Amino acid sequence: MNSTWIILGATSSMARAFARAVAAEGSAVLLAGRDQAELAALAGDCVLRGARLAEALEFDARKPKGFAALIERMAEEEGELNAAVFVGSMPEQAAIDADPALIDGVVTDSHTGPARFLQMLAPLIEERGGGTVVGVGSVAGDRGRIGNYVYGSAKAGFATYLSGLRNRLTRAGGHVVTVKPGFVDTAMTWGLPGMFLVASPEAVAADILKAVRKKRNVIYTPFFWRYIMLIIRHVPEFIFKKLSI
Amino acid sequence: MLWKEAEYHGWGRALSAKGEIARPERVAALKALMKDGLVPAVGMRRSYGDAGLNDGGRVIEMSRLDRMLSFDARTGILDVEAGARIAGIAAAFAPKGWLPAVMPGTGFATVGGCIAQDVHGKNHHHAGSFCEHVVSLTLMNATGVHEVSPKDTPDLFRATAGGLGQTGVILSARLKLLAARGDVMIVTERRVEAWDEFLALLDASAATYSVGWIDATARGDALGRGILEEGETGSGLVPKRDKYRKVPFNAPHFALSGPVVRAFNNAYYRRVPESGRTIVKPISDFFFPLDKIHDWNRLYGKRGFHQFQCVVPLGSAPALRDMLEDIANSGLASPLAVLKRMGPGRAGYLSFPMEGYTLAVDFPNRAEARELIRKLEARTVAADGRLYFAKDSLARGEDMRAMYPELPEWQAEAAKADPKGELLTDLVRRLKLRSA
Repeated sequence: MNSTWIILGATSSMARAFARAVAAEGSAVLLAGRDQAELAALAGDCVLRGARLAEALEFDARKPKGFAALIERMAEEEGELNAAVFVGSMPEQAAIDADPALIDGVVTDSHTGPARFLQMLAPLIEERGGGTVVGVGSVAGDRGRIGNYVYGSAKAGFATYLSGLRNRLTRAGGHVVTVKPGFVDTAMTWGLPGMFLVASPEAVAADILKAVRKKRNVIYTPFFWRYIMLIIRHVPEFIFKKLSI
Repeated sequence: MLWKEAEYHGWGRALSAKGEIARPERVAALKALMKDGLVPAVGMRRSYGDAGLNDGGRVIEMSRLDRMLSFDARTGILDVEAGARIAGIAAAFAPKGWLPAVMPGTGFATVGGCIAQDVHGKNHHHAGSFCEHVVSLTLMNATGVHEVSPKDTPDLFRATAGGLGQTGVILSARLKLLAARGDVMIVTERRVEAWDEFLALLDASAATYSVGWIDATARGDALGRGILEEGETGSGLVPKRDKYRKVPFNAPHFALSGPVVRAFNNAYYRRVPESGRTIVKPISDFFFPLDKIHDWNRLYGKRGFHQFQCVVPLGSAPALRDMLEDIANSGLASPLAVLKRMGPGRAGYLSFPMEGYTLAVDFPNRAEARELIRKLEARTVAADGRLYFAKDSLARGEDMRAMYPELPEWQAEAAKADPKGELLTDLVRRLKLRSA
């Protein structure tokens, strides 16, 4: 398969599992993130699992000056170009309450940074007449909750952006998959109280890859989160505002 | 959160511990966790007893530091992080014609765990132990981060191979892989009618991989009956294995009671035709037969189980037969009973293997079984045999220490690497390995 995936935020465990899954299919993987030592280790791993090529690249959602170099690097690869966005940050709500300036960083990491990158990539996908963008949002974006509404609002914005991008790329033969994971067993959720039905990063990666193949638009992973969120979205606001879930 | 408060147990579920666990996903995070002192590392906790437990203390779970870093096809040397699973390496490399040189009975074992127990596989009589194929390893201990190899730092290497994690945290290792003919196994299975025939066949076997399953419930003339499996790697096509199954709950205690086990073993024995057969299997089915059922340890119920494993010198074969007779007469054995001939290969001061025969049997965690295991342990002592740290949960410290004559050399290295004793685990404390 002559396809290339750029993976933004490739050091997260979900991204790592996804990179390994596409590597095993023989794709080229461009692993973009901040921790170059970690990315180099993952690149070695991807090659040994079957990637046609694996490279570690610098990506920081807050440093958009670096985006152009990534787009150029992608353009060098022939065939289908794809992108998977796993970036985002979630400081504790209490920390944000103490320092509201943190909101800018959350929105940049989870929404505007990756959106700006995808906006630069979109013409290339249109030019090639195909390719898939995977955007990882969160169930937290489906409704603002007291525990993480800043993060949730950034993910909601990103989901709306992805919906529009899907509308645009579909016309050129491209596709956008919006992924909304529930609780995933990662460093971010390790030891947090109240976790239930936690999915492994590998299971989430397999779900994403299946959604890419089937050209699904919006997926929840694991699937039952669709129903959990359906209920949560339909709780009337006059009740919801008193809940702390 | 970095540290999670949890109760966790060894694979046998008979022993457990309470304490904090961290699971770093980056090397930098691992090093940050240990900036104020060393913490014992654990892998997938496939050791049956308490080798991976630290009650009241902390452990670092290495399973997310699991990347294969590089491979040199000219030398066959793979550089891999300590948390990588053996089955993952096998799955990635078998299609390219390489396999880990030694594979233990579960593919969930990590590279770090395989080193810390110097594990053996079904080819021990030819290939030796796991650490004999470790070219070098990266170790972090009280004196810093070190490259450890049999050539340049032989004492520290011997103390780390089979060293129960007491010389430091293993970060990564260079493993010399073995050239394989392909990613399927050609397996010959034959019925063996009794004990003497079993030993004769194991002695005569020229196969690269061999292992014996024993019906530990058979008595009298049938004592020691079982199935000898001999395997070679090959190329070809086999159907993909079924999806993993899970054991969703703890089984009731009668699930593995005497009559059930006898009936199961009888059917299992007769599954192989009287004239034997040769079949083709995916490699994982041959090497890791039980991995198909996730959490099979729950089949023993919530009380858990013990595995007894000993090795005795070739000349002590009659003593091993006596042990099997005790087991068969007790009616306590489970279907899992394995007999194998071992070669002399071992790489560390505390490595388990010795040239001879090894017997491994699972028992439910009940008072009668614990009593029987103590009797078997006494017989092992009398036969100049040895018990296995990866399996043990009941042995007496003085017995165990006497089985490992190089213990003082190991203690000296462990004391240098971890002078404050921060790496002690429940196993090391229970058997007083570092203090006595």
